[in-house]
Amino acid sequence: MFLTNWFQHTAGLPYPWAWTLAQVILIVVYQAVVMVSVAFWILADRKIWAAVQMRRGPNVVGPFGLLQTFADAMKFMFKEPIIPAAANKVIFLAAPIIAATLAFAAWAVVPLDEGWVVADINVGVLYLFAISSLGVYGVIMGGWASNSKYGFLAALRSAAQMVSYEVSIGFVIVTVLIFAGSLNLSDIVRAQGPDMRGWYIFSPLFPMLIVMFISSLAETQRPPFDLLEAESELVAGFMVEYSSTPFLLYFLGEYMNIILLCALMSIMFLGGWLPPVAIWPLTAVPGVLWLLAKIVVLFFMVSMVKAFVPRYRYDQLMRLGWKLLLPVSMLWVVVASAWVVFVRPVWGPFFAHLFGG
Amino acid sequence: MAYLDKKARQIFLWEFVQAFLLSMRYFFAPKATLNYPFEKAPQSPRFRGEHALRRYPSGEERCIACKLCEAICPAQCIVIEAEPRDDGSRRTTRYDIDMTKCIYCGYCQEACPVDAIVEGPNLEFSTETREELFYDKAKLLANGDRWERAIAKNIELDAPYR
Amino acid sequence: MILQALAFYLFATVLLASGVVVVTSRNPVYSVLFLILAFFNAAGLFVLLGAEFIAMILVIVYVGAVAVLFLFVVMMLDVDFAELKKGVQSYLLPGLGIGGLLFAELIIAVAAHWHFAPHAAPAAATPKGITNTQALGHILYTDYVYYFQAAGLVLLVAMIGAIVLTLRHRDGVRRQKAWTQISREPSDAMALVDVKPGEGVE
Repeated sequence: MFLTNWFQHTAGLPYPWAWTLAQVILIVVYQAVVMVSVAFWILADRKIWAAVQMRRGPNVVGPFGLLQTFADAMKFMFKEPIIPAAANKVIFLAAPIIAATLAFAAWAVVPLDEGWVVADINVGVLYLFAISSLGVYGVIMGGWASNSKYGFLAALRSAAQMVSYEVSIGFVIVTVLIFAGSLNLSDIVRAQGPDMRGWYIFSPLFPMLIVMFISSLAETQRPPFDLLEAESELVAGFMVEYSSTPFLLYFLGEYMNIILLCALMSIMFLGGWLPPVAIWPLTAVPGVLWLLAKIVVLFFMVSMVKAFVPRYRYDQLMRLGWKLLLPVSMLWVVVASAWVVFVRPVWGPFFAHLFGG
Repeated sequence: MAYLDKKARQIFLWEFVQAFLLSMRYFFAPKATLNYPFEKAPQSPRFRGEHALRRYPSGEERCIACKLCEAICPAQCIVIEAEPRDDGSRRTTRYDIDMTKCIYCGYCQEACPVDAIVEGPNLEFSTETREELFYDKAKLLANGDRWERAIAKNIELDAPYR
Repeated sequence: MILQALAFYLFATVLLASGVVVVTSRNPVYSVLFLILAFFNAAGLFVLLGAEFIAMILVIVYVGAVAVLFLFVVMMLDVDFAELKKGVQSYLLPGLGIGGLLFAELIIAVAAHWHFAPHAAPAAATPKGITNTQALGHILYTDYVYYFQAAGLVLLVAMIGAIVLTLRHRDGVRRQKAWTQISREPSDAMALVDVKPGEGVE
């Protein structure tokens, strides 16, 4: 808004041009910030994992190793990209680009603060869900195009895993939608106001946060569900044949998806940009910092899970997804509907008095 | 009651909570690793690192070209050629060690009758090219000059056990 | 407005072009990928119409789930492309004939008898002040709730039918009982015995 006004009045551009220019600048800056932040999330991940194993983690490049990820990225970029001779070249190179682009595109609808959102669309949650369900294509196209049986098998298994867990994520989203009564992410956050008494983590939806957390781990192929990539044992699953910048793009996309799902969970269950208690010094803090703090907490949990949960077997993974998480989340759709229809109209004022809404 | 207790623990994911608390304890535990380039682990006097050819305090090289080390070397990485020197003493004209073949078994320093070839305490001698690891006599003597004090101290410390 | 028109022509052109490629492509994997592109552009057209809910559902259901299964099948198949090409030639004429017939019928139907039912016309436009999704929900769960339930029932029957057709219980297969495995505890599985010297364990 500020930029649009500046271009329109100070620089004297007509409104459509000013708006377009302002949006482009906004999007570029936003994506650059998200992308650079990924470097620090990766470092945090490594540091947390190291700390649990009583190691120090990367600490040589830059102060406290802060520049380690940039050094790694530079290494990837200057390495020779190897394309297997029998690979389908176009799809082989398109797959990682699709994976990374989708990860970027998803951030468009994430509200960082009241009104701080690039695209405030009515179906924000569905957009996020659609984008994350497209993540499968990066995996399956990459695995198929590299013309390697290992890559292809891993791609099939990864795709099956992602598709399975998407279903329970979908039902979790439905329960939140029933509670909030809107598909707009900003409205979902506003429905949880004004302070932590309204957050959905402190409501009958709490079990859904756990289901969502587990499903997110599986959806992004994080430990303990990383049996297809298993960096230390296998050769990175469907990314077997990838090297150099294409690999970097996959890696980037993977971490951006993890942070995206952490952000989605903060918005859906932890009240997004809302402070925990709506009193003066806390309300003065910019909402984006509250959102960041919530993402940090969730990301810390994601990293810790990597450290202390042993890896699942493939049949256990599928069993957990289809026979436990899916029925529980479906049941909770019924529970949430019943709560909204029968309990809330009667007990709503009482809960409003007790919990503030 | 025990059954209910067990079921309750399962539903509330008690094992995961316990695991989380345990790993948080280790999270704040003192680190077990060393900050390597800045901190180093203690080293035994018997440590077998980079090779060096020593000299007598007078500056005369110790090696008498008996070729015992060449004979005993299991990796056959030592090559020695010898000739009488002008003053009539027997000395090496060539003393090469192929560090890429060496297995650091320490037999050469055990075999040496005059403590000429030793494996010093240095372990940080990585190079950027393979060729730099084919050590010749000059390189080995230079190593000996550089590490003489540490080597002499190690030999002195280890002497009571020999 | 001009931006919308441009977007419409872009989406429509890419949609038609990718639809043609789906049919003509030699490699079935390319066909599926272009089918996905076509779905995407159809979703774009829905967004232009203001039907963002349907657009997103199209992407989630067709691109996110159905096309993945297509891709699975097509990638696993060992297709002989030359064999496939040979069939097209002989069916070209009847295919074109049927296609032309359908197209002609469509034209005639639209030109001659196309009009909204009188009670559907006011419902077609999204009322002011509520979102597309809410409008759809209002219609689906009030006026058309029986049809909606019937559609759900048909899907349920199809699902149960698929399971009935494919589920086989073979005898003599030892299955894993995951729940018993997980619930096993040290106290169920072992006992500590204090063995006296020379007595042994019973």
